[in-house]
Amino acid sequence: MRVRTGRFRLYAAVAGAGFRRYATYRIATLAGVFTNTVFGLILAYTYIALWDERPGLGGYDQAQALTFVWLGQGLLTVMSLMGGGFEGELIERIRSGDIAVDLYRPVDLQAWWLATDLGRALFQLLGRGVAPMVVGSLVFDLALPTDPLQWLAFLLAVLLGVVVSFSIRFLVALCAFWLMDGAGVTQIAMLAGTFFSGMLLPLNVFPGALGEIARALPWSALLQVPADVFLGKHTGVDLLQTYAFQIGWAAALLTAGRLLQAVATRRVVVQGG
Amino acid sequence: MWIRSLMAYRLSFAMTALGNLAVTAFDFAAILLMFSQVDRLGGYSLPEIAFLYGASGTAFGLTDLAMGSMDRLGRRVRDGTLDTLLVRPVPVIAQVAADRFGLHRIGRVVQGVLVLTYALVVLDIDWTPLKVLMIPLMLLCGSGIFAAVWVAGAAFQFLAQDAAEVQSAFTYGGNTLLQYPPTVFTKDMVRGVTFVLPLAFVNWIPALYVLGRPYPLDLPTWVAFTPPLVAAVLLALAGLAWRTGLRSYRSTGS
Repeated sequence: MRVRTGRFRLYAAVAGAGFRRYATYRIATLAGVFTNTVFGLILAYTYIALWDERPGLGGYDQAQALTFVWLGQGLLTVMSLMGGGFEGELIERIRSGDIAVDLYRPVDLQAWWLATDLGRALFQLLGRGVAPMVVGSLVFDLALPTDPLQWLAFLLAVLLGVVVSFSIRFLVALCAFWLMDGAGVTQIAMLAGTFFSGMLLPLNVFPGALGEIARALPWSALLQVPADVFLGKHTGVDLLQTYAFQIGWAAALLTAGRLLQAVATRRVVVQGG
Repeated sequence: MWIRSLMAYRLSFAMTALGNLAVTAFDFAAILLMFSQVDRLGGYSLPEIAFLYGASGTAFGLTDLAMGSMDRLGRRVRDGTLDTLLVRPVPVIAQVAADRFGLHRIGRVVQGVLVLTYALVVLDIDWTPLKVLMIPLMLLCGSGIFAAVWVAGAAFQFLAQDAAEVQSAFTYGGNTLLQYPPTVFTKDMVRGVTFVLPLAFVNWIPALYVLGRPYPLDLPTWVAFTPPLVAAVLLALAGLAWRTGLRSYRSTGS
């Protein structure tokens, strides 16, 4: 039991460090909020034009579509959809060989980075998620949940989304063991992330089979799913199924990351560290 | 020099150029996805929006190609490496712009030109010599206007070293805004980008003249021919801001 609480405290401290590290950049955060707000405004008006033309598109009314825009701006950095998470640093450590030192440490590589990323995500949610949402709700008529439980349900969906996002980026970063340069994979992952998360356009507006595929892929857990939970599209058993979808992808991808980590670690030894 | 260093890894260059093309293509993919559901957006058809998109995208891409590295200035001010540039006998602005010159950014220009070409082929325009002349003029002045915004943004970074993202709001954000017709936005927003930060002169005003559509603010027709003037004034102002910024620069001393 002592060991377990010790572990927990260690990872909580790591997460705290991740939080504080991003909290240091106050001006950068303000600048980011400004940019997210400008993009939110531009996108909101294009969505109004789209929903004026086709009311009820994708099962959303106009207020819900606009809420989706601002949720997207708010969650953009939380989910690291455009990069900017831990993966750049991990890739650099793999490339430079510093990773050998990390592997000596008596902590688990994957759990360590997950903890820092959770800390980062929490800061981004507070620092860059709340303000654009507030501006959005002042300028437009948004569909905000009135039931506090729905807000809690949304926060849980965001947490699960961050874990899925982490597990994808962990896999991407580990590719550096073989490629030595992470730029290409990072860019592909970023493209897939923006396209399949719903950042470009809600996934239920995607036509036909493309929409069905997009909704089944792990990236939909990053924005589409939390947004739908926020908008009250999933309740009761359906909500549990939605969480199961997120947990399923998180478990599968985390396991894949663990296996890849084991293979990669053996490679480090072969190279002579 | 940066071109040669890029060409040392040809495959990597090709991949990043293609990647850039793909990144920008996603913007247009979003518009195509919208048009899979509707026939018109803000009263405009897909080819018309493609025309606006291609014009802004190409102008933006040209500026990005020439000075996309300007947003690194904040970092240079922070870590003190700007000093190295100050002692060289070449204008600082040219050095900052050429720093890590990325020919791979050509992908953005290619994408813009492709969409613009598609629009010009599909659109049924009543061509006059003036309208033909307007196309190259629009691209040239458009990239001049974007360049002014970029330089002004870089000058701002002398003050706020950590605020590179504010610049993105005006450059990337401006480009995104101009990709949609002005009818999509509120009158106040249209006024803002016409009279305050005159991004509308990049493509909206000249392009709507070519398309034969009225500008939502009742401007006289001759305004369509003012982009060169607007670009020149903006560039002069941005140059002034840059000089002021550079003069206020105090090295970190590290």
